[in-house]
Amino acid sequence: MARAKTPSTHSASSDSLSEEQPVPAQSAPPETASRRTTPLPLSHPTLPRWAPWLVAGIAAAAAGLIALTLGWGLVPWAFLAVVLYAVALPVWSLLVENRRAATDRVVSTLVWVAFALALVPLVSLIETVLVNGLGVINGQFLTYSMRNIIGPGGGIYHAIMGTLLVTLAAAVISVPVGLLTAIYLVEYGGRGHLARTITFLVDVMTGIPSIVAGLFAYALFLLFFGPGVRMGFGGSIALSLLMIPIVVRSCEEMIKLVPDELREASYALGVPKWRTIVKVVLPTAMAGIITGVTLAIARVIGETAPLLIIAGSTDSLNLNLFGERMMTLPVFIYYSFTQPGVPPEYGIERAWGAALVLIAIVMALNLLARLLGRFFSPKTGR
Amino acid sequence: MKRTSFRTVVAPAATLVAMSLALTACGAGNESGTSGSAAAKSDVKLSGTLNGAGSSAQEAAQGAWQSGFQSANPDVTVNYDPVGSGGGREQFLAGGVDFAGSDSYMDDEELAKSKDACNGDTAIEVPNYVSPIALVYNLEGVDNLQLSAKTAADIFSGKITKWNDPEITADNPDAKLPGDRIVPVHRSDESGTSANFTDWMSKAGEGAWTAEPDSVWPIKGGEGAQGTSGVIDAVTNGKGTIGYADDSQAGDLSTASIKVGDAWVAPSAEGAAKVLDISKRVDGRAENDMAMDIDRTTTEADAYPLLLASYLIACPTYKDKAKANLVKGYLSYIVSSDGQSAAAKTAGSAPLSSTLAEEAAAAVDKISAASS
Amino acid sequence: MASSVAPTRSRAKQRAGDRIFAGATRVAGVIILVALAGVAVFLTVEGFPAFGADSTALFGASSFVGFVWPLLFGTLLAAFLALLIATPLSLGVALVISHYAPRKLARPVGYAVDLLAAVPSVVYGLWGSAYFGTKLVPIYEWLEAHLGFLPFFKGPASATGRTILTAAIVLAIMAIPIITAITREVFLQTPKLHEEAALALGATRWEMIRMAVFPYARSGIVSAVMLGLGRALGETMAVAMVLSASGVITFNLISSTNPSTIAANIALQFPEATGLKVNALIASGLVLFVITFAVNFAARAIVARAEKAHQ
Repeated sequence: MARAKTPSTHSASSDSLSEEQPVPAQSAPPETASRRTTPLPLSHPTLPRWAPWLVAGIAAAAAGLIALTLGWGLVPWAFLAVVLYAVALPVWSLLVENRRAATDRVVSTLVWVAFALALVPLVSLIETVLVNGLGVINGQFLTYSMRNIIGPGGGIYHAIMGTLLVTLAAAVISVPVGLLTAIYLVEYGGRGHLARTITFLVDVMTGIPSIVAGLFAYALFLLFFGPGVRMGFGGSIALSLLMIPIVVRSCEEMIKLVPDELREASYALGVPKWRTIVKVVLPTAMAGIITGVTLAIARVIGETAPLLIIAGSTDSLNLNLFGERMMTLPVFIYYSFTQPGVPPEYGIERAWGAALVLIAIVMALNLLARLLGRFFSPKTGR
Repeated sequence: MKRTSFRTVVAPAATLVAMSLALTACGAGNESGTSGSAAAKSDVKLSGTLNGAGSSAQEAAQGAWQSGFQSANPDVTVNYDPVGSGGGREQFLAGGVDFAGSDSYMDDEELAKSKDACNGDTAIEVPNYVSPIALVYNLEGVDNLQLSAKTAADIFSGKITKWNDPEITADNPDAKLPGDRIVPVHRSDESGTSANFTDWMSKAGEGAWTAEPDSVWPIKGGEGAQGTSGVIDAVTNGKGTIGYADDSQAGDLSTASIKVGDAWVAPSAEGAAKVLDISKRVDGRAENDMAMDIDRTTTEADAYPLLLASYLIACPTYKDKAKANLVKGYLSYIVSSDGQSAAAKTAGSAPLSSTLAEEAAAAVDKISAASS
Repeated sequence: MASSVAPTRSRAKQRAGDRIFAGATRVAGVIILVALAGVAVFLTVEGFPAFGADSTALFGASSFVGFVWPLLFGTLLAAFLALLIATPLSLGVALVISHYAPRKLARPVGYAVDLLAAVPSVVYGLWGSAYFGTKLVPIYEWLEAHLGFLPFFKGPASATGRTILTAAIVLAIMAIPIITAITREVFLQTPKLHEEAALALGATRWEMIRMAVFPYARSGIVSAVMLGLGRALGETMAVAMVLSASGVITFNLISSTNPSTIAANIALQFPEATGLKVNALIASGLVLFVITFAVNFAARAIVARAEKAHQ
């Protein structure tokens, strides 16, 4: 059962199912040997644990001093403080500890800076949506459609139902296909021609622009239903095209990481391969698979372009996936922003509210998936 | 190992299905119990679904019309996909939608093709949405900018780059213009607004606009923005910016007056309606085809020739009698004074003048079921 | 069905259940092939007429290559910049969540990052053009004033901040949740024993990550970046809203005259397009398809070579 991606440099004696807790971050430096009974030192001097905080404080203060004297704003100050910190701490470490420890400190700083940098726009984005959207949401907003509504009032019930139904249908198509394909690639395909072709094409599939997926679905349905066809299910097909590669990719990676020992133990007990996969491999990879599927849903639930082409737009509620136009949240948001009417406030307000609802829906799905995942997957201690 | 099976994988999906089914049991709060209550205005009781597609400029107005028409006829659902004029015409010609909204009239090739979609008859075109286009700008300390078509053409073609250029100063003898850089903002998507704006600069700009009038912005350079809202955003957020957009969407932005004859005219619905009134019909069209070439060079007092006229495209005959009644009912409502004032209120469009509205009503009134 | 089981892989006895299951997985794989073939056929058939089209159908360009080349340039430039920004940041976020942060912090943060994949691209576009772009204007002006000698920052700096660099940053922000989510899961799956062995041998945390975590996660990282690249290449609405596109070819990253991207251009021009113009737009989609193909091919080849060298 040699799997393709197992790094050969490592012994295969790992067991990711053990009950161990992750190593606490603080215990990382090998500093614990304290007695010097032999001439050969087993420990080397280390910075105190509060050293990073001290340096951070000093860097912030120094940068603040300079910023105040030169009349800088918040951003240059933060930038300077980080630079000072990133220089001072490793230098101190280099003087007291050694080069390797200094490198470690540099990398730690970089990792945290990257983290902070990535989080700033994300937080700003969420804040924007919350600030603009929270005030709009009320009972009427969630239970009314936009039928016969001009100006204030109205709601997004029709769009919520449309999004749920279209996305659900897309998930029902993509998850089995994607998961089974991932299983094929890892467990059956090996390095065969078909498997390699699929791997490659799935990568290519990730690059299909969403609007092309919509055009394709439209062209496909045109063949069967004639011109002017609009149905929610067409949107599901288009979304599936975008969802499948994400499901395959993430599931494949997660299934690959299931240790071979588990499979071999199962085979040794005489369990057939398919039951091994279903009962051992999938539950072990369940947390990752659920993350992947949730990610895929999150990725497509906000797609606008394909849904506009094939699912259309309407002000009324339609719960039939296979007939007539169906409103979805992204399309609703798009048109509320771009064609808000006069005065524009009401439309734009509704758009922010709808965006917030969309994010909340994904959050709820995510939570549900995680709960289910935790419930069904074996305890790993991670 | 915990007891797990494939069922557990299916369980979440099943839960979701059950949840959504439970939810589907209830309708939208405002959609129940309305049917049959409102007194139907029309003599014939209309019911069914009417689908249209086309110009996104009409979207807000179509919302108003749908609302008005559906309130009067509770059993009717009208849908309008704002896919764009080109998409709307294409879908109409393919028989995909019952009517189309378009920011430009059909060319001869499309007219010929419309016979396939309309049982051998040529489609009719009725103006239904007229909107003045405003030159919006964001320039500190300048409130009443005045621009001739020629100056506007020089600005948008990049010939003038500073706000205190002599050509602008000549148009604005009283204003204190700063020496800031001009940032002209144009539509980056293909749009009827661009087509009308370039058409105006080309015809009224005394040769300053050399590119062909086009719905795709023909010049490389300058700031591009998507959609009316994109242009408004870009102009609002920039400094020294100027762009063009539907007057109704200008919001807090200042709008420039344009030169008509020797006077300066600010954008207004009445001014736009006036220009449409004196514009000539396109030659060689059928009687009920109201396609018009807008008179950009008019010198009439208070006329505002920088405007967008959008059309409804429909068949004169429909195979299905119910469908014909539905189209006729909806289109009649749109061109009626009720419909036009509803659109003026929610979309800021210019109501058709009474003469044009009468003509349009007459054209729509001829819609009938195919006699076969 | 019998032929669908790869006989060399399975040492267990062949049973009916095995055959059905193996067949089902293979069918799923083939469905993907068929779907993709369908898209390719659709793009080719619909796009083909555009190759001989004249300038009216090609939005003013004299030939198809002239039409698609600036778009392609913009697409690759934006995607490259986006990945340049997103990859290190995502790895940083993933490492923080998996190895650096205390668990109490890591879990909610990981959760929040996942959610960001759900923000509709329209909202990213709106936020990017109306809020984020304007915040970048002073930085662009500073870059023009101090680094203007570089061709990238020649200026004149955009007054609205709607430049290709802004678009790339927004794309990066959109790709970060995707890359992070997958790399995080992969990092978390690194065998604890490897990590502990490395630490026990006296490795610092960074050395442990470099020697135990990264080799184990390499394939996963590449897959994650590929997915991020897919989003960056194919993103439609956000780029259309954020970017001030003019259809030129320039490396100037901070002016308001920028190359457009293929996907954004389709979204911008498709609604009003008729006849051959539609074909031209679809043909540009085909080009994007081929490019994705080529980029993935190259990336896979590089990874395969690296892996061979590693072994």
